[in-house]
Amino acid sequence: MSEHLPALQVVVPLLGAVLAALVRRPGPAWLITVVVSFATPVIAAMLLVQVLDGGVISYHLGGWDPSVGIEYRVDVVNALVLLLVSSVAAVIAPFARLSVLSEVPDDRVAWFYSMYLISLAGLLGIAITGDAFNAFVFLEVSSLSSYALIAMGRDRRALVAAYQYLIMGTIGASFYVIGVGLIYTMTGTLNLGLIAERIGDVESTRPVLVALAFIVVGISLKLALFPLHVWLPNAYAYAPSVATVFLAATATKVAIYLFARFVFSVFGAGFVFADLPVTEILVVLSVAAIFGASTVAIFQSDVKRMFAYSSVGQVGYITLGLSLATVTGLTGGLVHLVNHAMIKAAIFMGLGAVFYRVGKIEFDDIAGVGRRMPITMSAVVIACLSLVGVPGTAGFVSKWYLIVAAIEVGWWWLGLLIVLSSMLTVIYVGRFFECVWFREPAGEVARAGEPPLEMLVPICILAAATVYFGIDTELTAGMAERAAVALLQGVR
Amino acid sequence: MTPATLILLALVIPTVVAVLLPLFAGRPNVREAVTLIGAVALFAVVLMLLPVVLAGGRPELDVWTVVPGLKIAFSVEPLGMLFALIASGLWIANSVYSIGYMRAEKAHRQTLFYVCFAIALAGTMGVALAGNLFTLFLFYEVLTISTYPLVTHRGTEEARNAGRLYLLMLLGASTILLLPALGWTWVAAETLDFRPGGILGGVVSNTALGLMLGLYVFGTAKAAVMPLHFWLPAAMVAPTPVSALLHAVAVVKAGVFTILKVTVYTFGIETLAEAGTGDWLVYVAGITIVVASAIALRQDNLKRRLAYSTVSQLSYVVLGAALFTPLAIVGAAMHIAAHAVSKITLFFSAGSLHTGTHVDNISEMDGIGGKQPWTMAAFTVGALSMIGVPPTAGFLGKWFILMAAVAIGQWFAVGVIVISTMLNASYFLPIVYRAYRRTGEGRVTLSEAPWPMVLPLVVTAAITVLLFAWPDVPYRLAEMLSQSVAVGPPG
Repeated sequence: MSEHLPALQVVVPLLGAVLAALVRRPGPAWLITVVVSFATPVIAAMLLVQVLDGGVISYHLGGWDPSVGIEYRVDVVNALVLLLVSSVAAVIAPFARLSVLSEVPDDRVAWFYSMYLISLAGLLGIAITGDAFNAFVFLEVSSLSSYALIAMGRDRRALVAAYQYLIMGTIGASFYVIGVGLIYTMTGTLNLGLIAERIGDVESTRPVLVALAFIVVGISLKLALFPLHVWLPNAYAYAPSVATVFLAATATKVAIYLFARFVFSVFGAGFVFADLPVTEILVVLSVAAIFGASTVAIFQSDVKRMFAYSSVGQVGYITLGLSLATVTGLTGGLVHLVNHAMIKAAIFMGLGAVFYRVGKIEFDDIAGVGRRMPITMSAVVIACLSLVGVPGTAGFVSKWYLIVAAIEVGWWWLGLLIVLSSMLTVIYVGRFFECVWFREPAGEVARAGEPPLEMLVPICILAAATVYFGIDTELTAGMAERAAVALLQGVR
Repeated sequence: MTPATLILLALVIPTVVAVLLPLFAGRPNVREAVTLIGAVALFAVVLMLLPVVLAGGRPELDVWTVVPGLKIAFSVEPLGMLFALIASGLWIANSVYSIGYMRAEKAHRQTLFYVCFAIALAGTMGVALAGNLFTLFLFYEVLTISTYPLVTHRGTEEARNAGRLYLLMLLGASTILLLPALGWTWVAAETLDFRPGGILGGVVSNTALGLMLGLYVFGTAKAAVMPLHFWLPAAMVAPTPVSALLHAVAVVKAGVFTILKVTVYTFGIETLAEAGTGDWLVYVAGITIVVASAIALRQDNLKRRLAYSTVSQLSYVVLGAALFTPLAIVGAAMHIAAHAVSKITLFFSAGSLHTGTHVDNISEMDGIGGKQPWTMAAFTVGALSMIGVPPTAGFLGKWFILMAAVAIGQWFAVGVIVISTMLNASYFLPIVYRAYRRTGEGRVTLSEAPWPMVLPLVVTAAITVLLFAWPDVPYRLAEMLSQSVAVGPPG
């Protein structure tokens, strides 16, 4: 059984999706989702333990040799990502029932869960596979299902947002597959490990350079790297709350993982960062993302959109860490990948609870909601403090690594930019804070109360996690550092 | 109890108080009793640490390592001992005062007020007892965030604006300047521990030392060194007990405490004195002292005048730190103690005047000494201490700093102290004169504030005088602090 864990990691949610589609009724479909969502993190945790004990796991799908078949390959880097994605899914599952019932028409609820589980399977698949083309398949699996998830939003603008995402996402996926095709012609393999071995001989050839460009731009579209982020704010803002929580916490994160995998393990940091001006380009784009998106966030009137722009900015911190290509920088990027997933899941879940009670999520519509839903809003405030990077929270740990990394390579100005940018976060978080606590509740808000426990508890768990992982960083920073070392060493 | 347990208790007690208070939200008497018991217990715990420290001990408590370099650890050295003693002792007085004030003012959301206050005290204890820069920084921010709801407590537009300024300046300076300073220190020295003699000697260039000192001084905006002082007068919109304990003692003292501590234990005053690149601090502190006093002179609102006086007095401590000599360090530490008891007396008096006779402005204070004799007597003691007239505590710190400046021939500092003393006299004595010599309109009727407000301010005024007569404990602690300038044995 335990030797088939890598396959089960993907197969369980995939089967769950089929079952959810077959039962057609909201209750049972939700139940299946809960069972699957609780099973996947258990599998992921067992994989992580196996990796820590016995090193890299190589699983040959169908018994075919990696050179011809598909290999699932788990090392500390993707074990961490698998655990993150599946754990977030597990926390979302209990929360989802009421939220989905209130936002999605009854006859589509089962489809929603089906799509949700397919998306989960796709994301886990991208993370676990060691095959470049298989990654493309899972990329499409997760993307197509997430277009459907977004389109199920109650607002008609959700359709436009989903369409916009579909166009951009398809361009990204096409770019990616073009790049993979070029690599295949040059190396004769699709296995990431074998590509890494063979690419050294051909790395300065034009097709490989073009492949690198296509793959980097293609994945950058999926991870919403500035200025390829335009699909994201609308998609997050108008999707059903549960879909927003799930996508914000996982989708961009898995894309970042794939990016890191290609850049560090496959092409190699020496080639990408030392021979090519990728560091310069990435640093500029990351800083532009951090400042640009954070500034735009300040002026949003829709709270979900504001935090969506904040996500674009936060992705900038992660890519900034990656672009430094040092152990400390990479650790900072990866730990922020984990921390930001928890933080944004907590925030969007809190907003989902507000939407459940109030039915709207514009600033003016939820004024004073903190007085009526103090526990929910306190949890969101804690997550926001972590977003700002207050010491004692997870966000601080990320920021500390990034600042130290910048100082280590002697880029003082970068350290300064990082701390300056967190002031922008203070401003938009402060605006939200003043709105929900200082204004008098009116209209729907005045009649609102705390959400039911099945929604409140997941929110509080996530908020507590953003504090807990600011103190005990064994699982986050500790793993991130091992992952950083593994990535910098290359794949074998 | 072992000293390590005591350190833990000093942090746990205010935290437990903060957790318990909401349970008694509906029963104000029980709630206030919890605060008082907590305050007394905290003071007792801190007092039990005192003999250990006076005997030369340095109780330590390692809690947790977050990531390499970021360790939560505590270590009680003389300066932290002094600060903890002052803050916890005055919390008792302030709690009694708060009960009187908040009830007399019929303030809303009192439970939130007491909860935030208790968390702020936990933050203060953390700052005082911190064993390294990260722990200090952590609790410094706890203090910032827990006091934000207190500044905005009134909920008015003015309070909200003050809150914005408060959060942006304190959080902003600490994030933009202090945090990179920490990162830089970690990269350069590979430790953030507080060690006698400092950790930066010989690991960075002299220019870098000067620059880093700037990051630390301005990053600690709580010390209100100009031009980062604007938040303090704005924060006066908070209820008076907040102004008294937090914005005259805990928060602002956490600022100057940090600067003093960093100068002694991170840079090392010998390192700074030899480098010579930190001398600019004397001028910045001196200018702050004089300019803030000059601004105070023109304020009619009593609390605002006191706030600018605080800005000015805080920089005495910074000035003491900036002279980089042991004698000046003694003066700076003494001044932390002296200013704390004196300024809290003054703020208590201001609140008492507000409650008793609804007087907020100095121009309305004619003859008020007859209406509120206890309050004004205490106010006078506090004012004399601010000017530095014996027999009040304020004299001691100033005297040591002055002597230190004369000894090294720092005539600018000497001039600043002399001018500032004259300015202090000219903005405090007229208030006393008005209160006693001029007569107001109408009949003089006795209208003191309720006794829970009057008692604490009389007590703190008495301490202000007693500290002059028996400065034993603060002096010995300050003396021990000044001896730790030399590099001690490792560990």
